[in-house]
Amino acid sequence: MKTLFEKIWDQHVVKSVSENLDVLYIDRHYIHEVTSPQAFAGLNQRNQKVFRPDQTTATVDHNVPTKKSGFPIKDAMSKQQIETLEKNCREHNIECFEIGHENQGIVHVIGPELGLTLPGTTIVCGDSHTSTHGAFGAIAFGIGTTQVEQVLSAQSLLITRPKTMGIEVSGKMPDGVSAKDLALYIISMVGANGGSGYFIEFFGPAISTLSMEGRMTLCNMSIEMGSRGGMIAPDEKTYHYLKNTSLAPKNEEWEKAAKFWKTLPTENNAQFDKKITVDISALAPVLTYGTSPDQSIAITESINSDCDLQAELAYMGFKKGEKLLGKNVDHVFIGSCTNSRIEDLRIAASVLKGQKRDANTVVWIVPGSRKVIDQAKNEGLIDIFDSFGAEFREPGCSACLAMNDDKIPAGALCVSTSNRNFEGRQGKGARTILASPATAAAAAITGKITDPRQYL
Amino acid sequence: MEKINKIESTAVPLPLDNVDTDQIIPARFLKNVEDFDYGSALFRDWRYAEDKIDPEFWLNQDKFSGKVLVTQSNFGCGSSREHAAWAIKQYGFKVVVAGSFADIFRNNALNNGVLPVEIGLEKAKTLCKKILENPKTKIFVDLQDQKVSSNCEIETKFEIDLFKKQCLLYGINEMEFLNQLKPDIEALEAKINLYA
Ligand code: SF4
Repeated sequence: MKTLFEKIWDQHVVKSVSENLDVLYIDRHYIHEVTSPQAFAGLNQRNQKVFRPDQTTATVDHNVPTKKSGFPIKDAMSKQQIETLEKNCREHNIECFEIGHENQGIVHVIGPELGLTLPGTTIVCGDSHTSTHGAFGAIAFGIGTTQVEQVLSAQSLLITRPKTMGIEVSGKMPDGVSAKDLALYIISMVGANGGSGYFIEFFGPAISTLSMEGRMTLCNMSIEMGSRGGMIAPDEKTYHYLKNTSLAPKNEEWEKAAKFWKTLPTENNAQFDKKITVDISALAPVLTYGTSPDQSIAITESINSDCDLQAELAYMGFKKGEKLLGKNVDHVFIGSCTNSRIEDLRIAASVLKGQKRDANTVVWIVPGSRKVIDQAKNEGLIDIFDSFGAEFREPGCSACLAMNDDKIPAGALCVSTSNRNFEGRQGKGARTILASPATAAAAAITGKITDPRQYL
Repeated sequence: MEKINKIESTAVPLPLDNVDTDQIIPARFLKNVEDFDYGSALFRDWRYAEDKIDPEFWLNQDKFSGKVLVTQSNFGCGSSREHAAWAIKQYGFKVVVAGSFADIFRNNALNNGVLPVEIGLEKAKTLCKKILENPKTKIFVDLQDQKVSSNCEIETKFEIDLFKKQCLLYGINEMEFLNQLKPDIEALEAKINLYA
């Protein structure tokens, strides 16, 4: 009796090196401009070619400007990093979605939407949120630059086999909450390092009802529990999503693939090394108040009056025992590989429709990919954002990590749909509250922390 | 890779939990495509407040120095940036003793010849306290025996994967190891395909 994780892992072991250390074969490798240049430099120094160039796909995302006026790129170092990626890809025959390419976008948004991310595969990228792809029933995890070089060289990695954790999510998702609230809630229960050493599988009735976008949001944030990654078994929703992608297998190949995918789910009596059950019947919108993603409360609650996070609260400018509801908000950021997919924009648009932006709040909506832009345009969402008064931008990581010009000023409070509220993550001194697209949109209307359920 | 076996040194304390890689090295220092002195950017925004050195921050206090950094739980959480391990190494640390580590950081450290030594939160807190009280406290790390001790009470075994240990002890290069496995890798490729 095996779990989903065990089945895929075992199929990919090239060789066991020591008790828990395996050489694992990697099916799919995504790269971007920030964590790959030194890997290519190492490869070039050893005069080595990329072993399986068609299993690596590149995109530019971390450093790209998201304002049309930002092109051509002015920051010399960002420009050099992007050009270096493009050059490395040309030299090594790797497909690269450059700026302006119809497939360009955040690496964890484009892999799934193109159908490159498939069930039963192993997927890596020099980026911790590679866990996103686990939503399709893949083993997907982030790696460092030395390992990027190893995958380029040998399409394999030396890696410790993680333990397995099953998280059963029971109960029905209440109206007006989303996968982001669920993710933040689970993280607060497990803790920022509660998943350390584990690979998580999410399952249960509430997971089955999540859309693929919602599943990606949840798996994306599984890394914030310290786990290696998170995954969800493929089902009809997975197949339906993949059918509509351009690069998933077609015709006979599809039939073969679908037959294999159906063998993947965890068997009934398979054992996890650790199992937890989470009931979400009473879930409300969740917000972080500290500087680690596990420091969160429901929007209706107050920060615990016994809270001992002195430094964190001081940084955020909050006091124990107080509510977040009604706090003034300076910035709203809807974007990042956690929440920049079409479903996220639809939710935001449904809240913002017919409303006007609070005059003192800056609102950036940064789509995850060019494809998301096209779809948002077709569905009339961009018009809604425009008449609301939000800035709808070009695809990229943007204020999620503020490597380009999209920085939140020091001291400003930002309600953000991204995944990390670390000190200075969104810009030096910036204060981040993580929330769902609906909660972020509600704050954009009132300029204050607002319960989004009144708009849904 | 540089070999590691026994290290004896004073240490710098960082008595904090959840030190994330955005603090170890902020994103704005990740734009280089070639070598750069990442050590100069280590804990940049904690070492320098408004570009002035913050004398309070532990790394800036003259009384603390050495090849060992001692911190608490979940060190290196957050982004996968290997720049964090490069910064730790180039600053001059050879060992990080922590309550626990985030997985990706642990791996990145090992791949750069920085030894992650996990001792559990309680011991890590005690050790930080000892160093704060007595900056001359010496830490002894013995990789062969997988033991860490100090001239205060702390003495404990730590875990490390056998292969990774050998890589550090003998300077084995993982990349070469993987490249030599190409026949096995090709054999596996023949067996699986993306759709099985
Ligand atoms: S959007 Fe943020 S978390 Fe996602 S890949 Fe980009 S920087 Fe990383």
